[in-house]
Amino acid sequence: MSVDRATVHRIAHLARIAITEEEAARLEKELSGILDWVAQLDELDTTDVEPMTRVVAMTMKQRKDEVTDGNCADDILKNAPTVDDHYFVVPKIVE
Amino acid sequence: MTDPTDLTIAEARAALDRKELSATELAEAHLDAIDKANEALNAFVLVTPERALEAAKEGDKRIAKGEARALEGIPLGIKDLFATKGVRTTACSHILDGFTPTYESTVTANMWSAGAVMLGKLNNDEFAMGSSNETSYYGPAVNPWQRQGSNAKLVPGGSSGGSSAAVAARLCMGATGTDTGGSIRQPAAVTGTVGIKPTYGRCSRWGIVAFASSLDQAGPVARSVEDAAILLKAMASHDPKDTTSVDVPVPDYAAAVSKGVKGLTVGIPKEYRIEGMAAEIDTLWQQGVKWLEQAGAKIKPVSLPHTKYALPSYYIVAPAEASSNLARYDGVRYGLREPGNDVLSLYENTRAAGFGQEVKRRILIGTYVLSAGYYDAYYLKAQKVRTLIKRDFDQAFQEVDVILTPTTPSPAFALGEKSGDPVEMYLNDIFTVTVNMAGLPGLSVPAGLSSEGTPLGLQLIGKPFDEETLFRTARVIEEAAGPLAKPVNWWSRAA
Repeated sequence: MSVDRATVHRIAHLARIAITEEEAARLEKELSGILDWVAQLDELDTTDVEPMTRVVAMTMKQRKDEVTDGNCADDILKNAPTVDDHYFVVPKIVE
Repeated sequence: MTDPTDLTIAEARAALDRKELSATELAEAHLDAIDKANEALNAFVLVTPERALEAAKEGDKRIAKGEARALEGIPLGIKDLFATKGVRTTACSHILDGFTPTYESTVTANMWSAGAVMLGKLNNDEFAMGSSNETSYYGPAVNPWQRQGSNAKLVPGGSSGGSSAAVAARLCMGATGTDTGGSIRQPAAVTGTVGIKPTYGRCSRWGIVAFASSLDQAGPVARSVEDAAILLKAMASHDPKDTTSVDVPVPDYAAAVSKGVKGLTVGIPKEYRIEGMAAEIDTLWQQGVKWLEQAGAKIKPVSLPHTKYALPSYYIVAPAEASSNLARYDGVRYGLREPGNDVLSLYENTRAAGFGQEVKRRILIGTYVLSAGYYDAYYLKAQKVRTLIKRDFDQAFQEVDVILTPTTPSPAFALGEKSGDPVEMYLNDIFTVTVNMAGLPGLSVPAGLSSEGTPLGLQLIGKPFDEETLFRTARVIEEAAGPLAKPVNWWSRAA
């Protein structure tokens, strides 16, 4: 299954990655190559096969729904490129 | 006395306890080796000498008091995928420029509380996506091994290429790695080191930069089977902070190492004899069979009919999960930020500048296969194929205790030799990726040299949580193969 140039631009936008026309041309070829290669899975009939969820049967762990962490706003903001007080700063969203 | 950097972890621990060597001396010897080698090998992306010497000093105090812990004073390298508190962690991606975690990964925390000494952070493929360490933002790590009569630089494998290069070149005694499709075993094989990816859920993933969450596992790279066993024991734990971490006791792996293979049945899967496989890989494999047979194991052919579908299904599952995991890098909360006129262009510009080509390629494939209308055809289909792959193994393990295969289809290749076609690069993981898809433990052990004079490895695959059988079987191969020659040191600059 091949992807065309418009599809490359559409998924790049969905993935929030700006790409140049030159990159789009290269990606069109590469992504089509990869998708052609994975198409060999079509040989397998998986109609009655359950998708794999885990290696060994185990019940998903549960814990009490309670606060176990917090009060560390400074830690959370420590690596942010732009902050103001205890806020992440982004370009204006609502005029 | 021999150069302390040549000791195994087991030997160094004994020497430290006998006070023939101090932890400080051991750390200094390794820091010196890194200083001389790193320009050529680029194995470390960050060296932390002060931290290392401080930890070594603490180790010496404990040893003096007779309170040494399992890894007391042992200098290790840490793959840059592990969050280390107060120490830059970037997954070797530009997008995590300068990121300094305020927390420690569970695996590394376990190692520090066992007394290990951190020498620094090791190079890897960007976000662990690669098989040659060539996608790192910091440039490729280089294999200390070279082909006979050639000084062409070879890749150390990937993604844990800094780990394998540093361990093989004696820049650290052991290293952490992560393995999503072969990223511990393949680099170990091409550098003559031992690497194990334990069962999914054996090591906590908490604090490890996520690539493909249903496949990622941490494990060690070391210079002997015993050392790998010692390291895995320290790394593994049950961790409530990772819901996929399994609550089963961690065995004393080192105690299993010398148990031999008498009474074990070793499976040989015919599907791993792939078309076009180099004759020397097949010869090595047959040699491995003979060694195990001579040591008392029974050999039995097994069939894993869905093997050929593992790699294509992996290249749906891994990019799909990666595209989701890497959505968090947006230029707002950490790392790189490229300005934009609005928030959308801020995201798009940051991600365009911050991710390398291979990472972008995988995010886009992942976005595509998860996009509306394609989920069932790709991701769900691939997860069903995983069930078939796992079933193959389940059936084989009714008859055998462990499976023997080659680790890689070829020895180390040269830098730049395979960076053209992405699918060609992906084929390096053809023997290792099945293990991740099924969640099983897999180990690579050095078994000999190629006709080019570079290392080759054999892979052992085990039942879930039966790492002990891998260690004892690997030890038999290690012993039969004999000590691997040390790579000739071309990389150290004169002091």
